[in-house]
Amino acid sequence: MMSALIQCEDVWKIYRVGDMEVQALRGLSLTIEQGEFVAIMGSSGSGKSTLMNILGCLDQPTKGRYRLNGIEASNLKPDQLAGIRNQQIGFVFQSFNLIPRTSALENAQLPLFYRGLSLKEQRAQAAAALGRVGLQGREHHYPTQLSGGQQQRVAIARALVTSPSLLLADEPTGNLDTQSSQEIMRILDQLNRDEGITIILVTHEVDIAAYAAREIVIKDGQVLSDRLTKTRPTPSPVGG
Amino acid sequence: MSAFVWLTILTALRILARNRMRAGLTMLGIVIGVAAVIAMVSIGEGAKQAVQAQIATMGTNVIIIFPGVTSASGVRGSQGSAVTLTVSDALDLKKRIPLLSDTGWAKRDVMQIVYGNRNWNGTVNGVSPSYLTIRDWSFTSGDPFTQTDVESAARVALIGQTIVGNLFEPGEEPVGAVIRIKNVPFRVIGVLAPKGQSAQGSDQDDVIFIPFSTAERKVFGTSFIGSVGAMFGSTDQVEDLPMAAEQIREVLRARHRLQAEQEDDFTIRTQVDIGKVQEGTSETLTMMLFAIASVSLLVGGIGIMNILLVSVTERTREIGVRMAVGAKRRHIVMQFLIEAMTLSLVGGVLGIILGVTGAKLTTLIAGWPTIISGNVILLAFFFSLVVGLFFGLYPANKASRLNPIEALRYE
Ligand SMILES: Nc1ncnc2c1ncn2[C@@H]1O[C@H](COP(=O)(O)OP(=O)(O)O)[C@@H](O)[C@H]1O
Ligand SMILES: [Mg+2]
Repeated sequence: MMSALIQCEDVWKIYRVGDMEVQALRGLSLTIEQGEFVAIMGSSGSGKSTLMNILGCLDQPTKGRYRLNGIEASNLKPDQLAGIRNQQIGFVFQSFNLIPRTSALENAQLPLFYRGLSLKEQRAQAAAALGRVGLQGREHHYPTQLSGGQQQRVAIARALVTSPSLLLADEPTGNLDTQSSQEIMRILDQLNRDEGITIILVTHEVDIAAYAAREIVIKDGQVLSDRLTKTRPTPSPVGG
Repeated sequence: MSAFVWLTILTALRILARNRMRAGLTMLGIVIGVAAVIAMVSIGEGAKQAVQAQIATMGTNVIIIFPGVTSASGVRGSQGSAVTLTVSDALDLKKRIPLLSDTGWAKRDVMQIVYGNRNWNGTVNGVSPSYLTIRDWSFTSGDPFTQTDVESAARVALIGQTIVGNLFEPGEEPVGAVIRIKNVPFRVIGVLAPKGQSAQGSDQDDVIFIPFSTAERKVFGTSFIGSVGAMFGSTDQVEDLPMAAEQIREVLRARHRLQAEQEDDFTIRTQVDIGKVQEGTSETLTMMLFAIASVSLLVGGIGIMNILLVSVTERTREIGVRMAVGAKRRHIVMQFLIEAMTLSLVGGVLGIILGVTGAKLTTLIAGWPTIISGNVILLAFFFSLVVGLFFGLYPANKASRLNPIEALRYE
């Protein structure tokens, strides 16, 4: 039997701030299969980002187990986690997090940089990734020469350049206007459908969450509701 | 080299070019430090070679014995002030000490020398024939005097280049000419090859040699016949000098009937001793410049560390992103170390250029000899690399220990 891509069992994350204890995650359990498109919703401070960090191997649970692709990630060392992030995970952040004064191509190249590929291969793969997000011809633009939507597309190119099995997006449209948001969501939707990349997305907006096939609501560090949303939006006639 | 290292160097150079002013100020310490090292070694080596060349003009494996006591400060009573050394001392030394290949003696005075209507005050030396061989004098024309000249107290003279220049017309042949020393006519039989300045800075070519016997009887008016101004000895091997000097001391003390508690009434210097004194002064200078260089390199290194710490803080988010996409600790460490070494190496290269230029200018303007060796340049290059590596370690390590989540959230 093939195991699920993501298995969280009774995951706790407790932050200690001085004498205070903040329980950001409180015994959260969750299973996500390969190829799913999941939207995580919930009020501010409910623990969404904390969960995403653990799922992305940027952080580890205080208690409980987290398995990614069958590998127990809750007790790996920092460099092992870095290796997993490099091989299996792509991140898209709310604030894009591109390296300033560095071209779109070089930003998209970044994960390959740590794979020890030849420069030629790095460039070719990064250029292809930029092409997939509709940025061909913008390879040598700097972040400041790109719109917010374009910057986020560079970030998506950077996330998918390594062909990850999991793409994590924490409020990817939080800093974008409606039109750019729709563009970004269409790209993510396409990646999920055409390439089978598992996508987990945090959002506050219902129409953004509507792109996903499954909606998980988090409250106080626990899963409040978890349901499959039957309808997927038909590809928009606008643009495309 | 891997694509990673190349790209990191390229990135480092780009960051450097972007913050030219800041990088320039940061590198200043390294630039000055390296330039000081290059200049100091070039000037030091040049001076050392010049001194060695001067000392070589003294002759080969020479021992000099002066009459009189050396005071604690090293200042001698004026030469010949004490009448303690004699020709028979010199002859006896040669007979008794097999290590000595030869001994010679000399006595000198400054006297007026006249040729035609020109005159010049030159140093007249009455010398034994062996003196000329011990001190390695050679001739541009004519010949040295012979034993017959000595025995007959012949009025013959050998003259140095400075004397030639002051008494003779350019192109005039001095050999065969008759000059007057203290009104006594002398025939010039040889012209000495030039030696230049001595290690002490005096003109070695301002010199006239006449037979010792002639000087005693016809020129100097000496009250003590047989007393000499200085004695000279030579050995075949340079290693024999200290042993020969010690044996000379014993023989002379015995001949002068000195009691155990009495001080020597003469002073012995070997060529090696004189070289050491000269090297000592250039070593002091080298040590001083070395101190300046180390302080500059230290300051430069701290500057690099400081600018890197600023850079780590400024680029916290970038570090977070790099970690998120899979940079391991060693990747981050390497990145900042390479940046530090790029800074220090560029500074080092600028310092090398400045130091070489400085050394060349010193030669051009002050006329000091300088020697720029490839080894020094290599050493300076290596030094700046080490400074970058050493002072880059702390910031690089600090960067690599950042928590990726906090780094990504950093404003
Ligand atoms: N590094 C931290 N130190 C202390 N408390 C934290 C830290 N990160 C998050 N928290 C707390 O954990 C809770 C969940 O935060 P977060 O996961 O960021 O919420 P969300 O992303 O859903 O808005 C909040 O109460 C927040 O204050
Ligand atoms: Mg959040």
